[in-house]
Amino acid sequence: MFEIGLGHYLTLGAIIFTIGVVGIFLNRKNIIVILMSIELILLSVNINMVSFSIFINDLSGQIFTLFILTVAAAEAAIGLAIIVVYYRNAGTIRVEEIDKLKG
Amino acid sequence: MIAHAIFFYIFSFIAIVSAIMVTVSKNTVHSVFFLILDFISISCLFIMIGAEFLGMIMLIVYVGAVAVLFLFVVMMLNVAHQKNIFFKSNQGSKHIPIGLFVSLIIFFELIIVVGGWKYKPELNNISSLETTSISNTHSIGYVLYTDYIHLFQLSGMILLVAMIGAIILTYRKREGLKRQSYFSQISREKIDGVDLVDVEKNKGIKIDV
Repeated sequence: MFEIGLGHYLTLGAIIFTIGVVGIFLNRKNIIVILMSIELILLSVNINMVSFSIFINDLSGQIFTLFILTVAAAEAAIGLAIIVVYYRNAGTIRVEEIDKLKG
Repeated sequence: MIAHAIFFYIFSFIAIVSAIMVTVSKNTVHSVFFLILDFISISCLFIMIGAEFLGMIMLIVYVGAVAVLFLFVVMMLNVAHQKNIFFKSNQGSKHIPIGLFVSLIIFFELIIVVGGWKYKPELNNISSLETTSISNTHSIGYVLYTDYIHLFQLSGMILLVAMIGAIILTYRKREGLKRQSYFSQISREKIDGVDLVDVEKNKGIKIDV
């Protein structure tokens, strides 16, 4: 209980990952919240990487966390640009009204 | 050790609650604020576990750049007033219970993997948490610029591509805007601009502009 080990951090990562997946599945609002859920998922992956890296005493996990951070920032910029362009064209970014592809 | 455990539970509780609030809050601006709170508490956890450099970088990158970008877009697109209709659909769609079911299965699979896996015995000692003489930032620098230099430069290329892509995607030509035309400026020849005329004596010359 008071001995914080690797399992605690991995459980925290699993919980945040699941919250991110729930946010993607159940979102009825707008796409920006879906992008934020993707950020949550990447954050949980970062938690796993850093905790393994600390407990194994290997720096590779932290290095790859840096790269994940880079990719997440690039993904957020591109995704928000796409959302802005879509809003300019369609006038809405509600998830239910985005049905042009008839999926 | 007990203080470490107490701080871990406090920060992880804040992180989990704010992650839930990101997905369920009615207002998108509030979601962005809770996302910032989530990132801050997770970076506190990183600093506490011994990865100070990554914690600070997460503060700078996520709170300073990504969250502000989110806030900017949310305020620019005027979506803050859109009310959340979470968990109540008007046409009674089937995908919400299925989504919850799949998410619960994912969660329990992850928990089974985390709890059932036998770690190597040398992973379970807490002594690896002790700081060595060299700091975290130093050791990351030693590895990042030698072993991972190609990946480092590749991530720079990813950022460049993302920057150019975002600019090109959101760029919009507007009518009635006076702009410099580099091509016509550079491709201008001497014949187009200068005319050499012999002026006759006592007659002058008429220049039509």
